[in-house]
Formats: sequence, C-alpha cells, structure tokens
Amino acid sequence: MKAMKEGHVQIERSRSGKFQKHHMEDLIGRSYTMLCVGLLILIIVSIIYFVASKGLATFIQDGVSLGDFLFGSKWDPEGSQGTPVFGVLPFIFGSFATSLLAALIASPLSICASLFMTEIVPSWGKKLLMPVIELLAGIPSVVYGFVGLTVVVPFLRDTFPGQGIGIAAGAIVLSIMILPTITSIATDALSALPRGLKESSFALGATRWQTISKVILPTVMPAVLTGVVLGMARAFGEALAVQMVIGNAPHIPRSLFESTSTLTSAITLDMGNTVMGSVHSNALWSMALALMFMTFVFVLIVRVLERRNRI
Amino acid sequence: MKFKKPLLMFCTLALVAMLAACGNKDEGSQGSTSGTNNDTAALSGSVLAVGSTALQPLVEQVAQKFMADPKYSKIQVQVQGGGSGTGLTQVAGGQAAIGNSDVFAEEKLKDADADKAKDLIDHQVAVVGIAAVTNPDVGVDSLTKQQLIDIFSGKVKNWKEVGGKDQAIVIVNRPASSGTRKTFEKYALGTSTEDIKGSIQEESSGTVKKIVAENPGAIGYLALSYLDDKVKTVKYDGVEATVDNVKSGDYPVWHMSICTRRASLNQKLKHSLITWLPMKYKKVT
Repeated sequence: MKAMKEGHVQIERSRSGKFQKHHMEDLIGRSYTMLCVGLLILIIVSIIYFVASKGLATFIQDGVSLGDFLFGSKWDPEGSQGTPVFGVLPFIFGSFATSLLAALIASPLSICASLFMTEIVPSWGKKLLMPVIELLAGIPSVVYGFVGLTVVVPFLRDTFPGQGIGIAAGAIVLSIMILPTITSIATDALSALPRGLKESSFALGATRWQTISKVILPTVMPAVLTGVVLGMARAFGEALAVQMVIGNAPHIPRSLFESTSTLTSAITLDMGNTVMGSVHSNALWSMALALMFMTFVFVLIVRVLERRNRI
Repeated sequence: MKFKKPLLMFCTLALVAMLAACGNKDEGSQGSTSGTNNDTAALSGSVLAVGSTALQPLVEQVAQKFMADPKYSKIQVQVQGGGSGTGLTQVAGGQAAIGNSDVFAEEKLKDADADKAKDLIDHQVAVVGIAAVTNPDVGVDSLTKQQLIDIFSGKVKNWKEVGGKDQAIVIVNRPASSGTRKTFEKYALGTSTEDIKGSIQEESSGTVKKIVAENPGAIGYLALSYLDDKVKTVKYDGVEATVDNVKSGDYPVWHMSICTRRASLNQKLKHSLITWLPMKYKKVT
C-alpha cells in the first residue's frame, strides 16, 4: 500500500514539477501526525510505567501482601494502633457501589430522553433537549459536588435515617454527571438506525410502543450498553464531586446513607499530606494502579460490545 | 519542645493584623539582620515556597512584603499550596527552596526517609490553635479530655452521655495524614484514634465547618481562624479556646507552623527570605 502510494507520487512528480509542493505537504503532514502519535504513545507508556512502578513498590519494597491489600477491610495507613494496615476493600466496594447505582439511576432516564428526542418528537425534542443535556456535560465536577453537599445531602438527611452523606448521595450526583454520556451515545445509535426497520414494523401493524420495545430497543441495545459502560467508567473515575458528598470513612457501610469512601476520593483526600516514597504514599499509588486497571477493563468491555454492535 | 512555647507566642489568628503592623517596623528588623545586609544587596533569582495550604496565605503576604523591599526586589518569590507532605518532599528533593508544613520534618519523614530530614532546618514561624467544635444544637458547653477521647474512639455514641441532648454523635474527622488531626490527637486526646464506622472525613477545614454546622449531633475540630457563630466552640477541660489562652499557655491544643529549608541551601538566600520571615514576627511580639 505504501509502495503503491509512493510510486504514484513518483509518477506524478516526473510528469510535472507542480506536484513537488503537494509531495512536500504530504511529507510534512505525515511526519507531523507521526510525531503527535509518537508523543501520545510515549506519554501513555510513561504514565503507565510511572503509576505501575510506584504502585508495585507497595508490594515489592514495603512488603504489603497483595491479598491483604485487595481484600483487607481495615484501612489504617498511619498506624494509629501500632502497625499501619492497608486494606482497600472498602474503597473498591464504594467505587463499584456508587458507579453501579449511578448507572442504574441514569440509564433509564438517558434512554427515555434519547427515545423522546429521536422517536417520539424528533422535530423540536432534539433541538430543545440536546443543548440542555450537553450543558450538563460542561458543568465542572466541583459544582456538582457543591450542589450535592448543599441540596442532596440535607434532603437525604431529612428524608431517610442517617447522615445523608454516603453512597446514595454520591450515586445521585454521579448519575446526573453521567447522564450526558449515555444520552448522547444512545441518541447517536438511535438516529443511525435504518428507517426500513421502523417502517416495516409499522407496516406489520405494530403500535409505536410495540415498535420501540420490540424492534428499536433490542437493535440498539449493544450501543446503549456501550454508553452505560462509558458512563460507569466516568463515574468510577470521578473524584472531587464524590469526595464532597460521600463522607470518606474507610469502612464498608451498613446502609446507603452511611459515610463511606471510594478509591478516587481516598486518593485525593490523602494525596497532599503524604510524603513521596513513604508506604502511605505508595499505597495511594497502588490504588491509582487499581483504578487504571479498572479503566482498562471498562475499555475492554466497550470493545467487546462494539464488536457485537457491528454484526 | 514544650519549653519553647512561651518564646514563640505569636499567634496566627492575628496574622494579617500583625503583617499590617510589622510594615512600619522595617527599621527595627534591619538592625538584627545588619550582618547580612551587604551580602543581600546584590541578590537576585527566584525562590519557590511550597506546602501547607493553612500556612499559604501567611507566606504569600510575607513574600509580597519581601519582594516590595528594595533590597530584595530582584528576587522572585513564588508561593504554592499542595499540603504539608508535598512541601516537605519537594524541599527535601530540591525542587523547592522552602517547604511550608504544619508538622515538623522529623515527624513526617520517617524510617527510610529519615536521612532526608537531617538536611532540613526548621524555622518556626507561627502557632495555630485548634479547638473542638460541635453543632450548635447539641447542648454541650465544655468537654473534658476523657470525654473527647471517649467520643472520638466511639465509646460514647450519644450526646446525653456527656450532658447534652438525646442526639447521636457524628464524628467529622480530617484524614489520617492531616496535620490538624495529628495535632488534635496528640495534644487534645493524647492518643491517636481509628476511623470509626459511620464517621465522616473531610479534606478541608472549610468542608468540616460546613458539615458540623449543618449536621445535627456533629463534632469536629478546626483551627481557631475558622471559628464563628455557625459552629459551637467547646471548652477544653473548662478552658476556652482563644488566642489569649494559647498565648498564656493555658490552652494546650496548638501546633507550630514551620518553614523548612535545606541546610545546603545557597548561603546568601539563607539570610534573606527564610530568616526575614520569623524575624519580622519576633519584632512584633
């Protein structure tokens, strides 16, 4: 392919000098993109190397066992009772609980919103709703956190037993944050649907509801799931907004309204106060490594879903 | 360490006021640094001060005054936050000239990093008092040391057990690595505590205050500069947490804020900002 292209350029160049400039442009363009891609790969590889080397030091240098780290439920990094204990299970539990719950709240809302925009009132629905939802994506996470702390937490505290702070508050804040991700992906998938599918369903005498539930939704399901997984990945990685409303106690909570912590919030909470190279700091890096690993898993799931989508 | 307390009784609370006051006393401070005046005349370059966000406003103000001084006008001082740990790491690693910290370098850089601390010289620049605060509605005015220990270790779970209303206690802590928490545990409780189930941890003092003010039955601790009517300041063993009581030594819960530098720091710089900083305060008090 490359040889063919170069041969082609060669012929054109020999025919007239005019193509000299195009040839140069092609070369500059190609080397520029190569440079950018190279830089990108370098950055990604060095980030992975950096986080991995710091994160693995906890186990190699400081002798914390991997099993105790991942499945230990006690987090006492400064050793208030003697020796420091690093068990991140509460954080992993908190991260999964909040992001799963957030996806559970956000998915039906987003799917309904995108159905509304594409199937029910495509004329003004999309024009009105899409900018609003895109606006949601642009609001900084600290604003979400602040609103969560001032509105959601007091509401939950007054409505349910407990402190209001906890997984429920975190999940509500996150669900609004991931709403745009799921909605825009679902809307794209729905608008890309071949018209014939819908028309033949109507021709067979199906009502709009039957068409949506029996034909449209099953067809776009893999794409919608991709959106849900991407939304969950965002929820999983969100630190600031969650940290403000979740309470940050390193324990697995007994209820949705009890203070708990996530991987990200635990990292941001202690980051500034630990000394680089200490066991505590290394343990935070290990948590970052675990987070990165989870992101890879999410990307993998998205890839699998996309492959299913093509068939 | 204790015996140094009366010597350094200048309190952070009135810092801004002090800064305003010390502006007029330039002549006084020159006398004490006169030995270095000739060296500093030709100083130029830049100084990076990194660390504690609690200390940052003070250092920023001092840095501005410092740069306004004609003798040092060629020196650029940059002040950044990042936390006590970051400050100590960066000054030990050589990225920053000055590390601001709420904890002494020896306490933070332990074990493998102990060597790093040896090269660091602490300059004590301010004192920060810390008080236990509660939600205004819990109905408790004073707590003894033992009562505080019982509350923060989870033994006492309801305010009525310490003479307040029938209201469950909600603990609002700072993270285990926080300097404020370390100070509170060391001087108010005398013991370090675990994070109890259901307790809340917040990264910043501002959020602690907000949660304590809003959450019924909440107890936390704040630096004196954060206190106001929204939260109830509890007396410690009957002593009110005030600047005067910290000064007189009656109120024991406070910590020293320090600016560290490496011993190997440029000789000339050594005599400029870092000595300039505490010098000003000694003059004022």
